[in-house]
Amino acid sequence: MPDVKTFSGTPEQQSKLMEIIEKQKNVRGSLIAVLHEAQQIYGYLPIEVQEMISKGLNVPMTEIYGVVTFYTQFSLEPKGKYNVAICMGTACYVKGAGKILDEFKKELDIDVDGVTDDGKFSIEATRCIGACGLAPVLTVGDDVYGRIDEHNVPAEVAKILKNYKEV
Amino acid sequence: MPKTINLTINGIAVSVPEGSTILQAAREANVDIPTLCYLKGVNAPGSCRLCLAEVKGMRTLVAACLYPAAEGMEVLTNTTEVREARRINVELILSNHDRECLTCVRNGSCELQKLCDDLGIQDIRFKGEDPTLPLDEKSVAIWRNPNKCILCRRCVSVCKNVQTVSAIDTVNRGFATKIGTTFDKSIADVNCVNCGQCITACPVAALRGANMLTEVQDAINDPDKHVVVQVAPSVRVSIGELFGMPIGTRVTGKLAAALRRCGFDGVFDTDTGADFTIMEEGTELIHRLQNDGKLPQITSCSPGWVKFCEHNYPELLDNLSTAKSPMSMFGALLKSYYAKQKRIDPAKIYVVAIMPCTAKKFEASREELSGAGYSDVDAVLTVRAAARLIKSAGVRFDRMPDEEFDTPFGIGTGAGAIFGATGGVMEAALRTVSEVLENKPLDKIDFDAVRGTSGIKEAEITIAGKPLKVAAVNGLGNARKMLDKVISGEAKYDFIEIMACEGGCVTGGGQPIVDAKTQMDIDVKKVRAGGLYDEDKSLKVRKAHENPIVKKVYEEFLGEPCGHKSHKLLHTHFTKR
Repeated sequence: MPDVKTFSGTPEQQSKLMEIIEKQKNVRGSLIAVLHEAQQIYGYLPIEVQEMISKGLNVPMTEIYGVVTFYTQFSLEPKGKYNVAICMGTACYVKGAGKILDEFKKELDIDVDGVTDDGKFSIEATRCIGACGLAPVLTVGDDVYGRIDEHNVPAEVAKILKNYKEV
Repeated sequence: MPKTINLTINGIAVSVPEGSTILQAAREANVDIPTLCYLKGVNAPGSCRLCLAEVKGMRTLVAACLYPAAEGMEVLTNTTEVREARRINVELILSNHDRECLTCVRNGSCELQKLCDDLGIQDIRFKGEDPTLPLDEKSVAIWRNPNKCILCRRCVSVCKNVQTVSAIDTVNRGFATKIGTTFDKSIADVNCVNCGQCITACPVAALRGANMLTEVQDAINDPDKHVVVQVAPSVRVSIGELFGMPIGTRVTGKLAAALRRCGFDGVFDTDTGADFTIMEEGTELIHRLQNDGKLPQITSCSPGWVKFCEHNYPELLDNLSTAKSPMSMFGALLKSYYAKQKRIDPAKIYVVAIMPCTAKKFEASREELSGAGYSDVDAVLTVRAAARLIKSAGVRFDRMPDEEFDTPFGIGTGAGAIFGATGGVMEAALRTVSEVLENKPLDKIDFDAVRGTSGIKEAEITIAGKPLKVAAVNGLGNARKMLDKVISGEAKYDFIEIMACEGGCVTGGGQPIVDAKTQMDIDVKKVRAGGLYDEDKSLKVRKAHENPIVKKVYEEFLGEPCGHKSHKLLHTHFTKR
């Protein structure tokens, strides 16, 4: 059973979700689109959010849970304010993505899919993000960092993290 | 008339209607193609890849359960390539399958086991990972063992598409794929209605009824307990199958004899309980009709349907008949009237019910069902478990003489017998309601309009000069379709019978499991129901209100139907979930 954290959704988040559901509820096959937007709003897809979507779209809970657990981009756990997503695709991997991942794990003292105690950072090992020309590549939130120097990983990682330290 | 297609299967010429699959065409040619994920009318995803066949001119092998037969097609099902492909696929399924066949509840009735035997698979070349997953044995009705699951999804299809319950679905992906519930909760804690259709759909032992056999055996051997058994109507046309008899064989007399030899202190017939249900439910309907009560009245003897209603249609709970099911009614009478007659402390009476149903296990656990101050029913055994009880007691079922249930409390009627088939409760109720309201015997007691296996059956019947609109529905998906119309006002009825399982109790989740192959050739629900209607015809008394024991109990003990005493003992209430 996934470790379900206490849900702390705000009324604003809920009304935003309801607006999306209202728009999509008569569109066939809209579940994945709604889940995407819901994850944007809440950062993850806890049972409470899935229940709202189930009621709103009239789709059984098990089906929603099945879809959420099928696609890796959906998360049942809250992510950090800054999600570090390191590409593990073939091109990035041969160019040292593994070393970069290990360095982030060491620096942030968390595992893959973990969140730092202050809720600021989380780490995700993703499949190929389709930017092989930038290999090895990673994203932090919406920011993209490419062509990281694999011979200088600790300094590169420190430099990236510094961008978010005092925000 | 659909067009006819001519093709050959292994060189045998065969003609089939257009739209038939290769699998169906092969059946016509008496060629057996192995299947595992295929279940007629329920599931054909083509995912197990065991029905692979070669079609001349095609580059790859095709899945026979999905591939349409075409004019002039030449199909080969027994080439080296086909055999090797099937073998590899079975070995891959076996590579991470929990192969504890000897102690498995499906030992002897497992489709995977049979397939290995049929295909001559005697070694497994692959060693898969052994992902031992936790068992889910919290439910009082259904237990799950994901380690036995082969991911055929027959259970998911029946739960989601046939029953529209959606308690289980496919979770995760790749090697982590499993059949699960929302957030991996126990099946006991979700919207499962315990109908058990997933169990009878499962080719292996990933799903089974909750095991109560040992408790029952211990109770029988406890000298302080007076252990009585009651047998549901549909059991008499199905349990014979587990002793090698053809589907639908009537074994009422043998069953009574066998249970007596298992050591029960009283052997009774739930048919008697069904007659009481008709008296109460029929009277309730008359009251509702005469006093502008809430209509339609909907039957409540199917516990899968009742829980489905509590989850999905709370606005219809007042439409449910408050009359308890035959099982619970009979249990309450055993612990009150029978206890008094026999001068036995009701606390010492242990009531076992042999039911075609896993939801009955949940019904028995409902706290509100304790009319006489004790649980109406103490243990429910499925038909499968009852056969195990008989076998393990060393009773040779096939050699049993035909005996009667214990009299006088075991007298049943034809009205009770047909409860086990869809439309039977309706028909039994109409026999009584019309005679009570018209005050004269019926000219014809068979109500053919509510018989048969279609999902929704409707009829308009005139009773005492008034038209009565009735319907009999079987399968929860069909119930949902009809109830949505009732709620929107599109359809109007006075009385509806709803059975959770397609076909009614004869194909309930506690019945003997019929493999997918046999189901391709035989409509099990029709054949078993046929046995029940034969039973009805063979009985002298065919109307509930003419049952001598029913009359006696009302005279001596209950007073009148829906009276004060029967309200306390024989009626219940429902809760929104």
